[in-house]
Amino acid sequence: MKNSLSIFVFVIINSCLMANNDIYDAITQVGPKGAGNDKLVKNWHLVDSMSSSDIPRLLKIMNQANNLGDNWARAAVFQILENAGKEVLPKDETIAFIKDQNNQGSSRRAAYEFINYVSPQVAQSLVSAFIDDPEPTLRREAVELLLTQADNLVIKEQAIEAYEYALEKARDVDQIESASKSLDELGKPINITERMGFLTGWQVIGPFDNSSRGGFNEIYSPEIGSDFLKKAHTGKNGSVQWQTFSTTDRLGLLDLNQPFGHIKEVLCYAYSEFESSLDQRVQFRIGSKNAWKLWINQELVFARDEYHRGATRVDQFILDGNLKKGKNQILVKVCQNEQTESWTKQWEFCFRITDLSGSPIKTIN
Amino acid sequence: MKAFFFYSIIQILPFIVFADWLGFRGTHGNGLISEEIPHELSLNSHDSWETTLPGRGLSSPVLVGDLVFLTSSSGSQQADLHILAFNTITGKQVWERTFKATGRTICHNKTCVAASTMVSDGEVVVAQFSSNDIFCLDLKGNLIWLRGLTYDYPNIANGLGMSSSPLIASGVLVAQVENDANSFTFGLNLHNGTTLWKKNRPKGANWTSPVVLAKGSTKWIGLQSKEGLAFLDPSNGEILWNYNDGASTIPSTVISSENVLLIPSNGLTAVEEPVKGKGPEQRWRNNKLAPGTGSPTVCGNQVFVINRANVLTSASVQTGEINWRLRIKGPVSGSPIVTKNKLFVFNEDGLGQVIDISQKTAARVLKEIDLKDTILCTPAADQGALFVRSDRKLWKIGQATRN
Repeated sequence: MKNSLSIFVFVIINSCLMANNDIYDAITQVGPKGAGNDKLVKNWHLVDSMSSSDIPRLLKIMNQANNLGDNWARAAVFQILENAGKEVLPKDETIAFIKDQNNQGSSRRAAYEFINYVSPQVAQSLVSAFIDDPEPTLRREAVELLLTQADNLVIKEQAIEAYEYALEKARDVDQIESASKSLDELGKPINITERMGFLTGWQVIGPFDNSSRGGFNEIYSPEIGSDFLKKAHTGKNGSVQWQTFSTTDRLGLLDLNQPFGHIKEVLCYAYSEFESSLDQRVQFRIGSKNAWKLWINQELVFARDEYHRGATRVDQFILDGNLKKGKNQILVKVCQNEQTESWTKQWEFCFRITDLSGSPIKTIN
Repeated sequence: MKAFFFYSIIQILPFIVFADWLGFRGTHGNGLISEEIPHELSLNSHDSWETTLPGRGLSSPVLVGDLVFLTSSSGSQQADLHILAFNTITGKQVWERTFKATGRTICHNKTCVAASTMVSDGEVVVAQFSSNDIFCLDLKGNLIWLRGLTYDYPNIANGLGMSSSPLIASGVLVAQVENDANSFTFGLNLHNGTTLWKKNRPKGANWTSPVVLAKGSTKWIGLQSKEGLAFLDPSNGEILWNYNDGASTIPSTVISSENVLLIPSNGLTAVEEPVKGKGPEQRWRNNKLAPGTGSPTVCGNQVFVINRANVLTSASVQTGEINWRLRIKGPVSGSPIVTKNKLFVFNEDGLGQVIDISQKTAARVLKEIDLKDTILCTPAADQGALFVRSDRKLWKIGQATRN
């Protein structure tokens, strides 16, 4: 009798574990364009039989999941907490998961949000430790805390020290701007261009034809080959030459109306070289209200065919990519369209390279 | 027999008591409130309430039974996407689900990532965000499925933000995600979110929302764009009818009870009920009836339009002739909603205006309600009350309590 009961319990537990494994697999396998949705929908009822002990495993699963899988896992955790009550969240394990930087930043962020959901005070107590965190959204919380503390300091020297520390740790443009503005007001101006690592010196060539916005998909000669600067090119109105162009704008904005004049239905190319000390994963951060394409070492990173929908913003597009050790070639195609309204005059972009946590990477020469 | 009778009553009671408000501009997408709403509305009445929201938003509330559903977005990049349910009677939050945006979240400062209004079929609710993340949940907040359309197609995005509200027809979730770069409309299986069809659409920023045309027992889906208005079969995306004389990309079409299309095109253009295989038959066109940001609404033989100069105009659906004009207090971003006798609209300063539209030749303001907050959304209405939200709050505004 005892043996039968043990076998029965074993079978039940085992079948539960297998069922949960079905959910875990489905979460990690969900893909773009609805791939894997059917399997998840069919198995999702199993979440109702999950308990708080499944939450640490779901957090680990988030490490292997893409952003879509992350959201499925979030929903599973919320559903467990809804069914069993917020208090069942295994706080110690969740906090340990947050603190372990071997876990994916996005998963750790999710874990932090679960803690914040059930116990905002506990979440707040973790924040100051995020100051050097590789996950930008956690680091941001700590910087925000520093900025608030600095705002409350009445002794000028202490405030300067606090803002300088916050600035050193900040990675997001709004927090850098905030600390920089405060330091400026306290008589300690900051070179924000340098601080954020904008690429300010470029070679530019143009104009090329962009009538009816057709130039965006037209392959002009600067896009061909790797020997960018040595070639003669034919532009919209005849032969065109590469020319040096740099900006002193504090946010690294390159106003292309300056070298080429206020002209419409045109495009140009901007070229720069970047020496990297090692092979590394990076983020290319470009801002432009014009249509643009970006190539790194002749490989197209991204293309955006949109004009004047809002202003140019720093870090408007954050694109994951690679730098190789040594010289890297950066080519940007920036297009201007036919619109004549006052808010369509801008023909511009800004560009910087950061590591995956948002720290600027600078060329080594 | 008696037991069966009582069981039946219990089953249908919620649907008798609550008419529901299932999507952008109501269940039928025309802004028409099925029941009369008292004009003596008050923020201080016993069934009014207000509650704080965890993020920004200009999406409208939707109502199913005794629940009001709403979206908001928060965080420095507005990447935290909230789907919320509140009790309509008490205003108490029933549940909240938070997800992460997988698409782009940059928007013009005036709008935000929670711009699209949710939709429901009475059994599930679907939320779409400007990041083109779509979530289908049951009424208890349990996830049924999700999609990330910008995750799938990274150029589905608008630098100013997107705001088209999805709709449900024939078991299909229709999501219009149209912009300058990659412009599509998707038909997603409501049961699992898989793609049933995907249509290439005119390239160009488009903030309009799809509309449903009831054709007997079937439904057609109307997709508006700068090129005009196309009707599709929701089951397969087949184009059934096309009007290609251009249309606005902000205010959406409204359809009268007699299936006359009132299209924001060259002012306002009335087109007879579409017939498959036949071209559009224009009933009238009036360039003095161009709507501003909000969409037109319709009740019986009156169509109502608020133009960019904040003039509310009533015109005949039959002829396009103007019945009356009334300058209201603007600016107005949301769309008006109407009963047979009253029109309700909130301006951007948070001033709600209740307007008597019962007379054919003139209108007058009956009541003003000042929410003292920026209101960009279209209100919802049910249970004899209005539901309206700002970036910070959700209100239920019920009938003033009589002393």
